[in-house]
Amino acid sequence: MYDLIIIGAGPAGITAAVYASRKKINTLVITKDIGGQAAWSGEVENYTGYQFISGPELVKKFEEHLKQYDILLKENEEVKLVKKIENKIFVKTDKAEYFSKALIIASGKKSRELNVPGEKEFKNKGLSYCATCDGPLFSKKIVAVIGGGNSALDAALQLMRIARKVYIINNTAHLVGDPVMQEKVLGADNVEILNNTAVYEIFGDNFVKGIKVKTEEKEDILEVEGIFIEIGLIPNSDFIKEVAKNQYREIMIDRNNQTNIAGIFACGDVTDVVDKQIIVAAGEGAKAALSAFRYLMQYKD
Amino acid sequence: MAKNVKIYSTPTCPWCIRTKQFLKENNIPFEDFDVSTNEEAAQEMIEKSGQMGVPVLDIEGEIIVGFDKERIKQALGI
Repeated sequence: MYDLIIIGAGPAGITAAVYASRKKINTLVITKDIGGQAAWSGEVENYTGYQFISGPELVKKFEEHLKQYDILLKENEEVKLVKKIENKIFVKTDKAEYFSKALIIASGKKSRELNVPGEKEFKNKGLSYCATCDGPLFSKKIVAVIGGGNSALDAALQLMRIARKVYIINNTAHLVGDPVMQEKVLGADNVEILNNTAVYEIFGDNFVKGIKVKTEEKEDILEVEGIFIEIGLIPNSDFIKEVAKNQYREIMIDRNNQTNIAGIFACGDVTDVVDKQIIVAAGEGAKAALSAFRYLMQYKD
Repeated sequence: MAKNVKIYSTPTCPWCIRTKQFLKENNIPFEDFDVSTNEEAAQEMIEKSGQMGVPVLDIEGEIIVGFDKERIKQALGI
């Protein structure tokens, strides 16, 4: 049995692991990947100490820091279920089962899916959740960005320089992203914005050929070769039922990162902390580890 | 004998950067094709992998999509 299990190795989980190891807590880190969303960030200009660093470089620094310590790390492993059984925490993954005295959930967020026919079939076959990554493959093609918030506008801004034409398909009456970004996309002559429009099907053969959309008045078919889904993020919190969550399924914590269950702590983007920032997540990770340390000091078998 | 490793990538894709970092850390020589500027390579990548996500690795004919560390290690025998 471990003293502490940490789920996730983004900025929150890695910082928690560094703090835990410095407190000599017997710790296991279980994660799908290293870096989480930070690995996807293009440019980071607000992490103190770095005036400018790319997401992947910052993550590499985090990873190097983590590996300085003797921490057991299970990568490419996905947590399926967490339960508190008496005063122990049971963690079941796609590969094994573990027990610990305390738990820190730092599992972050993932891209929200559209849940329409064709979405799964055409993933990576014209359909992408990362314009930064896959955008350059759509040079001079017609593409659609689904969404109307900042991430959608950010994708549209990148794509309008690459693609022949960019549709922004937004299911509300107006775009909601930052006004500065809105002005830029509104000023581009190869961007067409379709408000009050919902996507209900993605179709194609081997690759995407188009999307079916509808408004209150009519249905339409748009021929596109690329689709970028940018409709926000959802917390990776489904593997635990018992902890209290808010309406967005974020895990609710107090100011010491304690959930409503003794011995279970949470930090970073999976929690209801308002500001989702790399540096905030890292700070929250430190706090969670110190709270877990205090809990373990008083732990009785 | 070093294995023949090709990577199809874009300059902006974080997982491409991570994959290349990983190869460098393990002293694996590789040939890098930038599919954002090299249309021929982009077409080749799509034909080989049947999809359009980057990075794609071609390790002696074994095609790996994404930074799948375990599969990459296996294919490289490290």
